[in-house]
Amino acid sequence: MNFKRITLFAGHYGSGKTNIAVNYAVKIKDAGLDVCVADLDIVNPYYRAKDSEDELQKRGIKLISSVYANSNVDLPAIPQDMYSIIDNKETFAVMDIGGDDRGALALGRYAPSILEENDYEMFFVINKFRPLTPDAASTVEVMREVESAGGIKFTAIVNNSNLGEETTAEDVLSSVSYAEEISSLTGLPVKLTTVKATLFNELSGRIENIMPLNLQHVRKYD
Amino acid sequence: MAEKVLMKGNEAIAEAAIMAGCRHYFGYPITPQTEVAAYMAKRMPKIEGGVFLQAESEIAAINMVYGVAATGKRVMTSSSSPGISLKSEGISYIAGCDLPALIVNVQRGGPGLGGIQPSQSDYFQATRGSGHGDYHLIVLAPASVQEMASLTFKAFNLADKYRMPTMILADGTMGQMMEPVSLDMGEVETYEKPWALTGTNMEREHNIVNSLSLVPEELEKFNFERFEKYKAIEENEALCEEFMMEDAEICVAAFGIASRVSKNAVLEARKQGIKAGLIRPITLWPFPKKAFRAAADKVKAFVSVEMSMGQMIEDVKLATECKKPVSLCNRAGGMIPSPDQVLNAIIEANKGGDK
Repeated sequence: MNFKRITLFAGHYGSGKTNIAVNYAVKIKDAGLDVCVADLDIVNPYYRAKDSEDELQKRGIKLISSVYANSNVDLPAIPQDMYSIIDNKETFAVMDIGGDDRGALALGRYAPSILEENDYEMFFVINKFRPLTPDAASTVEVMREVESAGGIKFTAIVNNSNLGEETTAEDVLSSVSYAEEISSLTGLPVKLTTVKATLFNELSGRIENIMPLNLQHVRKYD
Repeated sequence: MAEKVLMKGNEAIAEAAIMAGCRHYFGYPITPQTEVAAYMAKRMPKIEGGVFLQAESEIAAINMVYGVAATGKRVMTSSSSPGISLKSEGISYIAGCDLPALIVNVQRGGPGLGGIQPSQSDYFQATRGSGHGDYHLIVLAPASVQEMASLTFKAFNLADKYRMPTMILADGTMGQMMEPVSLDMGEVETYEKPWALTGTNMEREHNIVNSLSLVPEELEKFNFERFEKYKAIEENEALCEEFMMEDAEICVAAFGIASRVSKNAVLEARKQGIKAGLIRPITLWPFPKKAFRAAADKVKAFVSVEMSMGQMIEDVKLATECKKPVSLCNRAGGMIPSPDQVLNAIIEANKGGDK
């Protein structure tokens, strides 16, 4: 796979951006490249890239994240060393953008630099099982809002349609036409379909460019 | 059957409320319930007659709820612990005027400003009214995202049926976690509301919604009448889930997210040869007294698992008339008990029961 210097994941709130960003960084690292993850989420104080910091560190992937992430200080802050991923062009970077247009606002200040360098992939993460993006039209509406807030246009789609732990192979297969419809409405290719690791074998070969989400958070209470 | 969707607990509350016919939402943001407001802000403007309003404060929001409730329309607000304290004056007024409304509390650790991690330490506040005066709320405690939806839907029906405020008492985990949900909610129950302030059209006497009663004999009468209603609710609406209670010797009592941890501990205890079971109150008021009273004659001991310093344990003791020992297994301040901690409490209770 040909990686761009900067890969951004943005999209609807709760579509799975953070989890995919972390797994994608591992993929870049496994290709023998130096990579870091930047947490740009200013919306959600929970379920952040910070949750995966140990797993990332183990693999030699640096996490750039606000000092307030997972501190329970509910402050929408941007990491102070965020510009290092813009300036240090020797290292690949994966940026995890907050949900919806509100989350993408934080991207705006970095957009000019990213556009100027022009070596980026901006993935739009979609899940047809989210209640506010059940069809192509509503999903594209969210996409336009995010683009307008973030100042960068998407270049590709990640289909992450899932129902959490209950997701079946049929659920994923049933989302293919949804992703294709969004693709034809926007002209963007569906470059990845992400699935929980246990579905990977069953689905590989049946869907193109499928990627397992090996790093996944386990609930402590169930 | 409706297709499932993947929702956050907070989103499930908001969508179920809309399905229940709620077209008026007033709130003020606070973690960990802000997604209720955010979801309403997106959805309400797209629905005919839908109103989303972010008020200037929690106090303003609850009094807007009070106003809409007086017109007989379905209305709600949501907040988290410190915000519910602020709303409590208004909740007392709503109860004093016998108005239906839904208040959602997605609890966080306290007291004071506390923290943003999940807690169950507003149990007393929810089950003993919350503001001043003699009154109750019907309090429903969901333990899954599915129940965040179904109990919200039910709470609107109960509020109209009994003409009183109801509460969803959830916690930060329930609000933030994502699970698949079927939004097949059933029928919206409709009730006549001859008391509502809808304009007289010069065709009837005007209605008065008011909680001020300057004649003590009258105010006493209103209180007695209201408590007759509460008695009927205690008789008819108490709900709980019983898990492996048929032959249980140790009964765990837990609600909400603590009940999910407890279920695992019960299963593990069974593997170790201890006959454990679980009673999960779904209504916290009315408390499912009958289930606990029946269990008190069968089990050796109770363990109350709570994310507080021990609040529901008092209701367990009252319901069981202290017939059997009740121990507390708890975490506080935003911590969730681990299955191992609950398992150890079950093992300890089992030893004690042998003496």
